[in-house]
Amino acid sequence: MSDIYENEVEGPEEGVNYSKKDFMSDQTIRWCPGCGDYSILSQTQTVMSTLGIPKEKIAVISGIGCSSRFPYYMNTYGFHTIHGRAPAFATGAKCVNEDLSTWVITGDGDSLSIGGNHLAHLLRRNVDLQLLLFNNRIYGLTKGQYSPTSEVGKLTKSSPMGSLDRPFMPLQFALGSGATFLARSVDVYAKPLRATLKAAEAHKGTSLVEIYQNCNIFNDLAFDEVVNRKVKDERVLFLEHGKPMTFGSSDSPKGLRLVGTRIEVIELGGEFSESDCLVHDETNSLLASILVQLDFPEFPVPMGVLYKVEKPTYNEAFNAQIDAALEKRGKGNLKELIYSGQTWTVE
Amino acid sequence: MGVGSSMQKEVINKESVTICFAGDSGDGMQVTGTQFTNTSALAGNDLASFPDFPAEIRAPAGTRAGVSGFQLQFSSVDIFTPGDEADVLVAMNPAALVASMIKLRKGGTIIVNTDKFSERDLAKADLEENPLEDGTVEGYEVIQVPLGTLVKASVEGLGLGAKEVDRCKNFFALGMAYWMYERDSTFTKTWIEGKFKSPYKEANLKALEAGHAYAETVEVFQRSYEVPAATLQPGTYRNISGTAGMAMGLTAGANLAERRLFYGTYPITPASDTLHALAKYKHYDVTTFQAEDEIAAVCSAIGAAWAGAIGVTGTSGPGLALKGEGIGLAVMIELPLIVLDVQRGGPSTGLPTKTEQSDLTMAYYGRNGEAPMAIISASTPADCFDVGMEAVRIALEHMTPVMVLTDGYISNGSEPWKLPDVDSFAPISTRIVTENNNPDGNFLPYVRDEKTLARPWAIPGTPGLEHRVGGLEKQDLTGNVSYDPQNHEKMCRLRQEKVERIADFIPEQEVFGSEEGVLVLAWGSTYGAVRQAVIKANAQGKKVGHAHVRYLNPFPKNLKEICERYDRVLIPEMNLGQLSNRIRSQFFIDAQELHKLQGQPFKVAEITEAIDKLL
Repeated sequence: MSDIYENEVEGPEEGVNYSKKDFMSDQTIRWCPGCGDYSILSQTQTVMSTLGIPKEKIAVISGIGCSSRFPYYMNTYGFHTIHGRAPAFATGAKCVNEDLSTWVITGDGDSLSIGGNHLAHLLRRNVDLQLLLFNNRIYGLTKGQYSPTSEVGKLTKSSPMGSLDRPFMPLQFALGSGATFLARSVDVYAKPLRATLKAAEAHKGTSLVEIYQNCNIFNDLAFDEVVNRKVKDERVLFLEHGKPMTFGSSDSPKGLRLVGTRIEVIELGGEFSESDCLVHDETNSLLASILVQLDFPEFPVPMGVLYKVEKPTYNEAFNAQIDAALEKRGKGNLKELIYSGQTWTVE
Repeated sequence: MGVGSSMQKEVINKESVTICFAGDSGDGMQVTGTQFTNTSALAGNDLASFPDFPAEIRAPAGTRAGVSGFQLQFSSVDIFTPGDEADVLVAMNPAALVASMIKLRKGGTIIVNTDKFSERDLAKADLEENPLEDGTVEGYEVIQVPLGTLVKASVEGLGLGAKEVDRCKNFFALGMAYWMYERDSTFTKTWIEGKFKSPYKEANLKALEAGHAYAETVEVFQRSYEVPAATLQPGTYRNISGTAGMAMGLTAGANLAERRLFYGTYPITPASDTLHALAKYKHYDVTTFQAEDEIAAVCSAIGAAWAGAIGVTGTSGPGLALKGEGIGLAVMIELPLIVLDVQRGGPSTGLPTKTEQSDLTMAYYGRNGEAPMAIISASTPADCFDVGMEAVRIALEHMTPVMVLTDGYISNGSEPWKLPDVDSFAPISTRIVTENNNPDGNFLPYVRDEKTLARPWAIPGTPGLEHRVGGLEKQDLTGNVSYDPQNHEKMCRLRQEKVERIADFIPEQEVFGSEEGVLVLAWGSTYGAVRQAVIKANAQGKKVGHAHVRYLNPFPKNLKEICERYDRVLIPEMNLGQLSNRIRSQFFIDAQELHKLQGQPFKVAEITEAIDKLL
């Protein structure tokens, strides 16, 4: 496993011109103590300080929910909008102001329930921005109802006998919507999260990062059986482009292999070796369609960049049409506009 | 008069004529009407048109529900409406005849396509008897024309199928109408040549010429009519629809402010044509975004406004209902957003292609919380230009969302427009800032201009002015989230007062006609019918004034005083009294209401009758 995925807590990386502090606003953070959002905020601020992007050119746009308070804590331009619609605001902003490094912050309820439509259309348009989807599988701000990523049978105040709806797998939804960049990380995996955020920023197009985020108040340890340090070696698959898909502890290494059209977990060291494992190709959409479906307990949960492909971005095409019109017709002047068509003169 | 006429033609001079074309929605009646309109405009007539069509694109052929009509009045004097009653009805089938006869004046002329009167055709129109024979058309001048047969003969040899031949018959009808009203068909011929490819080009040209020749030749057309050019004010004119006027006005406003215009919208009748028009103006730095839904449309426009553009979203009633939350956010964060509502019949899906003024209450109150915004309305197709430009000015100079109300009637309707002098347009300023207004600390996004109370507009990308905005209540000056009770009330009052202060920057209300007696207070597309009725009343020595309110929120400062000056105030509206409610509650004026909710504009006679009752 590459060292970028080692779960160590580091001090802030020094940026080109900034330190992490430059991205911290003067507002008191009001998330619950112990919330996973703190770590995501911290890693994002750190990453932003290393990007070499002037902070006035960073736009952080969010919807509604706990995660959506994020812009208030970023010392950049920020816009806390309305529930589920952040992708639409971001699309408008990015189209008219392409210089903005645009970051959408959203949660599972915000982006997959009330805003599901906008997320789908953002992805198919491939607007050049980063969308960080904080998935905690619960409604936090409204105090604990089940969410569209909650498991069936979830006991909450709004589902005392268990929730009935089957959950979305966000990355599967996103791939079906035409996403060009899919990644997954975990709030407290500081270094892998930073690496993933950097990769997301580097991608031209809509970069969706699903971040497993712990809500310690309403859905504590929701991902613990997968991401806990004690078990993660066995249950998390850290993906690297061009590398075989292996996981497991050094005592019992494992891998994934393809048998016919099915995926199988294999024990390495005996009958099988790394050469039998699937090799990750982040540009392969068919492989991506498999990876987005892998889930615990049958499979390890893939982390890192699952899929990345270059496609034209909406904002570029949008502005290219303006340029083309200007080239063809010249800059319009008002007199021509108004005096166009059939006119006649009364003496 | 045509040389070589087979008979002596009598040409009668008329002051104005109203003509109505009616057929199936696939019969091309809108094209026919538009061609007649543009040709009449070029002939120098004053005119007003009113397309009236079903919501279905191709409603079942031959049925009454599928009738598509186009009415226009052209005149040698100033006119304001497409006419209360038609002088001539061109009916392409029995359904069009019976559905449109209501529009025809007693004794008017009916030109009817008799090739569509088989038993089957009558059945489609729910008719047991042939209306041409059962007395329905008694008292009218009926000109029966076997249109289908004649068109077929005229395009013979071009190798067209039966369906394609049938599609030419609107041009045959237009050719007849051109002969009847001494119109030059050059404009239409040029249009056909540019619009159609062979052999349809030739077929339509032949049909047009054949219709003209037929009218000239057959003896049933004994007279033609001439409507001389109107004595319009000197200047350059063009015919303009409300939709085109609005698109140009918004574009002109954005250009004057040197801001990119971003139009985020979702297709909806009758607002979609605004998108079509603006989509062609990319070289004016006008950008259009067809969003996935109405909510995304308004949100994308707000996002664009936040990022430095003038954000515009356009819709009609049901879409406005969906945009409410988004508009509330624009009110809260105080961004330049224009919301264009091309009203149609409601509630719910209502009457998509019919006109109404019933979204005014929603414009005033359709948001949660105390969410005031500027509201202006357009009164005629040409007025849409001025209103579009004015909306941009208010939005940018006052940093506020602006609701612009038009409706299907003036958006689809058209009239001659005396083109303004482009150099006379006042520049539009913005509140854009590039310097920190708080050098010792963070930029303060909610410090207000003393006169307007508008806040500064720091566009993302500007160094040193990084700040956050959002829908949570914000602390005065800093914009930081604040739950302080006193601060919330202060901010609500500031947002309210900011909108009220727009009254300091708009013209006072003007009144037309008598300074005493009865005041007709109206807004929006009722302008034409009201103005014509008031002119008529004054000519008869009646004391009637007309105040047509463009600025609905805030009202012009002198509006209350004007209302109080008259003995009676009449408020005609295509709703159940929405402006009246506001006038009554704000000014304590006991206005007399006149309502119409038929999907059709007021007739002049209806306004006259209401005025006379109050005199």
